[in-house]
Amino acid sequence: MALPITGLILGLILGSLCPILVPIAYSKLFSVAILASLDAIFGGLRAAANNKFENVVFITGFFSNALMATFLVYIGDRLGIDLYYVALLAFGFRIFKNLATLRRHYLKKRTAPSVAEEKSTLNEIIE
Amino acid sequence: MKIVKKGQLSIASVCMVVGFLLALQFRMTEDMRESLPYQRVEELSDRLIQTEKERDALLEEVANLNKRLGGEQETALRRQAALTAMKGEGVIVKMDDSKQTARAGENANLYIIHDDDMLRVINELRAAGAEAISINGQRLIGTSEIRCAGPTLSVNNVRSAAPFEIRAIGDKKNLESALKMRGGVAETLKVWGIQLEIAPSDSVYVPPYRGIIRFNYAKTAEEE
Repeated sequence: MALPITGLILGLILGSLCPILVPIAYSKLFSVAILASLDAIFGGLRAAANNKFENVVFITGFFSNALMATFLVYIGDRLGIDLYYVALLAFGFRIFKNLATLRRHYLKKRTAPSVAEEKSTLNEIIE
Repeated sequence: MKIVKKGQLSIASVCMVVGFLLALQFRMTEDMRESLPYQRVEELSDRLIQTEKERDALLEEVANLNKRLGGEQETALRRQAALTAMKGEGVIVKMDDSKQTARAGENANLYIIHDDDMLRVINELRAAGAEAISINGQRLIGTSEIRCAGPTLSVNNVRSAAPFEIRAIGDKKNLESALKMRGGVAETLKVWGIQLEIAPSDSVYVPPYRGIIRFNYAKTAEEE
């Protein structure tokens, strides 16, 4: 967990030191790209937690998600359709879903060494 | 375990990219908030109203102080410099844009009042011996300009829109007939439907010049 956080902090520092500012007109596209990447990260974390992580899938997913989302929002802007909100909703939904899965996974892990009954009750509560 | 470690590395690099994007977006949003259109409009308009009130109060103060200035010679000089309000017989001319609409292919500009229309009227009034003239409350002095400022007319650097009210003190019959003379200003303007109403009056009030007269470049010199 330490490595991703270090990466995030490094990125934040780099971003705040970056001399170029993106024009305000593109801020919508930018925020969708950020959301898409956040989604990819949480998806990746979940996959890692489930031991299903695949590097190539993760990286391609990250880039294709971010780029496609941005592209779609751009096209939507041109066509007068607010695809922005669609992307916002879809990614937000997925982020929270992944977050919930992650939470469950870690809760399970913590309760696993203790009594098995407790685990099952906890699962029921969560469900 | 090795897969997870490997995964963590790529997640970390993606995290870095996201961090970078986040920081950029954050700065962008900050930037946006600082820009004028996103500041509270109400606050700005409040400030504008307040400033306008202050300006009006100051103008009033200037007028009051001017009133208190005494001395016969000074009063005469002030009168010549158009710094005092004037009253006397004269004419009040009202000008408004044409009510006709331009026909297809015609230049709509012909039907609205331009600076040259105004200048011709003023010129005619001056030629007929007008002693004091004001346009929409702006007293004409030696340095007054009359020019188009977009759809409005700028006099003494103050903009105003049609209808225009020109007040002129002078011999009212002379002034009136100078404008109404055959082939004169009123007739030419009427072709385009520009409305020109001339009302002679025994008591025309002309306001004083309220601006500041500054000489930044001109210096008093001996006559050559």
